[in-house]
Amino acid sequence: MKDKIFRASLFVAACLIIILTASIVYGLVSQSLDAFSNFGFGFITSSEWDSRNDVYSALPFIMGTLLTSVLALLFCIPFSLSVSLFNGEYFRGHRASTILSSVVDLLAGVPSIVFGLWGFYTLRPLMVEMGVNEQGFGVLLSSIVLAIMIIPYASSLSAEFLAMVPNDLKEGAYSLGATRLEVIQRVSLPAAGSGIFAAYVLAFGRALGETMAVTMLIGNTNNIPHGLGDTGNTMASIIANQFGEAGGLKLSSLMAIGLLLFLITASINFIAKYIMKMVRQ
Amino acid sequence: MKKISLILCMAVALASCGSPKKDGSMNISGAGATFPAPFYNVVCKEFSTATGNSVTYGGIGSGGGIRSLADKTVDFGATDVFLSDSEMTDMGAAVIHIPTSLGAVVLSYNLDIADLKLTAGIVSAIYRGKITKWNDERIKALNPDATLPDQAITPVYRSDGSGTTAVFSEYMSKVDTDWFNEIGDGKSLAFPVGIAAKGNPGVAGMINETKGAIGYIGSEYALAMDLSSARMQNRSGSFVEANIISITASAANIDIPADTRVVISDSPNADAYPITTFTWIIAYKEQHYGNRTLSEARALTNLFNYIIGNVGQEIATKTNYAPLPMDVRDKTVAIIHSMTFDGKALEEE
Repeated sequence: MKDKIFRASLFVAACLIIILTASIVYGLVSQSLDAFSNFGFGFITSSEWDSRNDVYSALPFIMGTLLTSVLALLFCIPFSLSVSLFNGEYFRGHRASTILSSVVDLLAGVPSIVFGLWGFYTLRPLMVEMGVNEQGFGVLLSSIVLAIMIIPYASSLSAEFLAMVPNDLKEGAYSLGATRLEVIQRVSLPAAGSGIFAAYVLAFGRALGETMAVTMLIGNTNNIPHGLGDTGNTMASIIANQFGEAGGLKLSSLMAIGLLLFLITASINFIAKYIMKMVRQ
Repeated sequence: MKKISLILCMAVALASCGSPKKDGSMNISGAGATFPAPFYNVVCKEFSTATGNSVTYGGIGSGGGIRSLADKTVDFGATDVFLSDSEMTDMGAAVIHIPTSLGAVVLSYNLDIADLKLTAGIVSAIYRGKITKWNDERIKALNPDATLPDQAITPVYRSDGSGTTAVFSEYMSKVDTDWFNEIGDGKSLAFPVGIAAKGNPGVAGMINETKGAIGYIGSEYALAMDLSSARMQNRSGSFVEANIISITASAANIDIPADTRVVISDSPNADAYPITTFTWIIAYKEQHYGNRTLSEARALTNLFNYIIGNVGQEIATKTNYAPLPMDVRDKTVAIIHSMTFDGKALEEE
């Protein structure tokens, strides 16, 4: 009997999650229909965001999101790759590795608003001094902060995949006289390659959706950013900035941006999961 | 849409819609403009202490306040821009405007110069990207004694829809044709240059942290953060600092209609600061809607009378808003008096 109740409650919980997700998708789709039917495909390709004439489009924000996230990913690779090699290869099981990995994991627990504040008060004056632009806000500042935020996601998963590389393979290479660097280059990285790739895809997905820190740092201007020093807006930050006062077509457009963001992140996550599944088999 | 604002308002004003507590005291909740929020926060707290009712105010923006009232998730809304006739119709039932004080929109800047003088034309050129350096000839000509640095100007504006933007841009459009043609007026505008921040506190914080920045904010926020604000040239040509005297002066010599829905910026008065506005509380005239009780409605009118009464107006002055002129106060008393419950006058005699 107990077993049955337990099973039933598990079943209900699982169903609830599915229903919840489905209703979120339904809500997003139904509320964004207005925007899509008004602007059609132009919603994604045009760059106008004009509240006075009620004309909205998503391109500046899609570009802002992609630009900051791709840059963040590039910035994070050197750091997260070294951390994962340190933890998964050189010092695996060593005390130094335990300390480093818990510090990096701690980074994942820092609330995003704290990263935002740090970027605002500490990193931004540095940007001004470096002459990136006059006030420091913009794509570069947000990408750097984003990069630091996603390091833990990329590095801990990568380390896990590196640690999964069979010892036989590595020992074989050593016995043939390979140096440690050669083992990493020729054996560990190729063997764990697709897993590491998946880890970075997941980190990228995380960067796409990040809202608070980016909203504080990107400058919130509705234009397509053309350079590192340009200000812009991301899909998440435009929603955070404007939904409080939005109504009608504007609200529908924000919902549509939310839907697009959801679709992009969902497909990124799906790709990552798929690759990881292939690796683990 | 309703669901979202419901969640928002529940987050902002945790105790929603005046449900009576066990001891007979009421919960009153309001939401709206951030511009008068420092005043409302104090006055609501004082009213709560004085009467035992609990009043909460959430500064979520004028538009949010209007929507929350329309969704009936709050007892009153607050806005710096009075509702247009069509907006009034959209509210479903008659809405009254209760002016609570006068405020100014100031142009605050981050520069080591006190008493900078500016004209609407220069401000317009800055926001349109035509003036980009502080040592521009046009600014120098107005401030011959100041040593203006070779520093880039960073204009800051609101990233969210805002009553402050509406008040500021309404004035700018009125006095500067280039502004009118290129930027226009409204709650949410497209500026060609500059950076944006959310809410009055956001813009104030960004100015405070950015050398060479200039932005428009409610005067209280400039005072609270100790930001310098420009002396603006008014219609009669004098450069006036925004303070309680110059803000009050802007409402003199103006015919105030019975419903107090009037724009007072660009006053002809020589002592007046040019960018000023009444800030209003809005509520439904007929208070018996939903499951509201008479005592809840009475608590609300008591709050309104308290805000425009001597104590409330003194708090307005202390929080750097200008108190209502006497003639406006008389009109406001009449407006509150016109509120009904089941069609009958609400206030206790």
